Amino acid sequence: MSETHSGTLIIGAGHAGGTVAALLRQYGYEAPIAMVGEEPLAPYQRPPLSKAWLKGEADADSLALRPDSFYAEANIDLVLGVRATTIHRAAKTADLSGGRTLPYETLIIATGARARTLPIPGADLRGVLTLRSAADAEALKALLGPGKRLAVIGGGYIGLEATASALALGGSAVVLEREPRILARVSCEALSTFFTDYHRARGVAFEVNAMVESLEGAGGHVTGVRLAGGRTIACDVALIGVGAPPNEEIARDAGLECAGGIVVDEHARTADPAIFAIGDVTKRPLALYQRSFRLESVANALEQARQAACAITGRPAPAQEVTWNWSDQYDLKYQFAGMPFDVDDVLVRGDMAAAKFAVFHLKGDLIQAVEAVNAPAEFMMGKRLIGERRPISRERLADTTISMKEVAA
Amino acid sequence: MAKVTYVEHSGAEHVIDVKTGLSVMEGAVKHNIPGIDADCGGACACATCHVYVDEAWVAKTGEKSAMEESMLDFAENVEPTSRLSCQIKVTDALDGLIIRMPESQH
Ligand SMILES: Cc1cc2nc3c(=O)[nH]c(=O)nc-3n(C[C@H](O)[C@H](O)[C@H](O)COP(=O)(O)OP(=O)(O)OC[C@H]3O[C@@H](n4cnc5c(N)ncnc54)[C@H](O)[C@@H]3O)c2cc1C
Ligand code: FES
Repeated sequence: MSETHSGTLIIGAGHAGGTVAALLRQYGYEAPIAMVGEEPLAPYQRPPLSKAWLKGEADADSLALRPDSFYAEANIDLVLGVRATTIHRAAKTADLSGGRTLPYETLIIATGARARTLPIPGADLRGVLTLRSAADAEALKALLGPGKRLAVIGGGYIGLEATASALALGGSAVVLEREPRILARVSCEALSTFFTDYHRARGVAFEVNAMVESLEGAGGHVTGVRLAGGRTIACDVALIGVGAPPNEEIARDAGLECAGGIVVDEHARTADPAIFAIGDVTKRPLALYQRSFRLESVANALEQARQAACAITGRPAPAQEVTWNWSDQYDLKYQFAGMPFDVDDVLVRGDMAAAKFAVFHLKGDLIQAVEAVNAPAEFMMGKRLIGERRPISRERLADTTISMKEVAA
Repeated sequence: MAKVTYVEHSGAEHVIDVKTGLSVMEGAVKHNIPGIDADCGGACACATCHVYVDEAWVAKTGEKSAMEESMLDFAENVEPTSRLSCQIKVTDALDGLIIRMPESQH
């Protein structure tokens, strides 16, 4: 049975979906908006799930993107606990689990990404977890606490944040990484070394070049991680943090181009003019770097939500932004801007030993990316310089007696 | 609860009872008050929750951390009364607080 309302249909009620729905109303869009989400919760923020919320410093209430009352007040039909299964582009409808079919004039796919699992023996034991949703985070938090041993498989930022949170809750942690260094996919070597040392100094153990072979258990619950070579690392909970592939299947099945993400243009539009895609699920152009990439960040979700909302309501396209991200571990505030593409040199400004420094990724005299630790001025000014493509002097940039504002002058 | 008056750049006023313990930013977001973007959700990482604290309340809202100070330094239209609203915790002592919004957060 097809229903009669049309307007905009949003598939996926996450950070990107929730934001675009609100922006459409803010920009004066008056047609119906329906948003379908598989999770039982209205759109919420994921970043605290490995940080403040996991440590017990933020309550569940503070995760919500908007109060629940917002959706009814803004006349947004929020359909939760339901999955969209098929998009019919010719008919402009989408089928939902449970048998409903919704029509659309404009469709926005905001299905995000899912945590990758490991196809190894023991992966189905209790206590073997991934971390993507609030439900995942609840399960993880229930198993952390004084004396609890956490094994993190995969040394990325989310895993390191969970590690710091496990320690804050009185437990211990070991990080197991397949590559020769942690953060290999996302950060430079200097940062890997810095974070490894900082965690080690607080009692975290690291195993690099570690091939996880299986998970061992007793009574159906995990007791350890077995590495190639035969060694077993004992644990009470194992967190798998090995990346998050895009939920692009629904688009691919509808004949939309996917290439490790749904391919969109600078307005977040797919090749079908009636269909947009935003957030973690997209592969998008990065004009600054003259290439396409799949970004996984709140800043990207917000930027693409603005692009789509502007295009749908006929507003001028928003200015292009410099992508950025952050991470909180212990007393460290890590902020990252830009992308380290085509880099020929890296330059450290500040004092790594004092945990206050920034690493600049350079291409000639242009900054391509900056990774800042407890160095907000370097982050904010670096981000601005990246966006403006303003050449800098390496000597001045390395000299901390010259302020970031003067470096840019 | 503490009464907080949020004044949009347009002059529109919203008087809200904010639960103590929440930040001034959260008080706005939870009540759908426009003008505070809060892209990072309160992590002191984005500077899109910039507000001006009414002169009479500046001292009561406490000191800025070094992190907040540096982030603010790079926001637009910063004034001596500027704060990042995610870094101000609402307490009973802030009952009556008045804050104003800048023209834009981006
Ligand atoms: C633990 C953790 C920490 C993070 N920390 C940071 C950080 O510090 N900074 C940062 O910038 N980013 C961080 N991120 C990433 C950030 O949360 C994501 O970039 C952001 O959530 C992307 O928003 P999205 O809407 O594209 O996807 P999501 O928020 O994942 O939302 C997608 C939603 O769509 C639903 N869905 C999928 N398929 C369907 C379907 N067929 N039908 C209906 N619903 C569907 C999913 O269930 C989900 O609810 C973190 C992520 C995690 C998990
Ligand atoms: S919400 Fe990002 S700095 Fe306040």
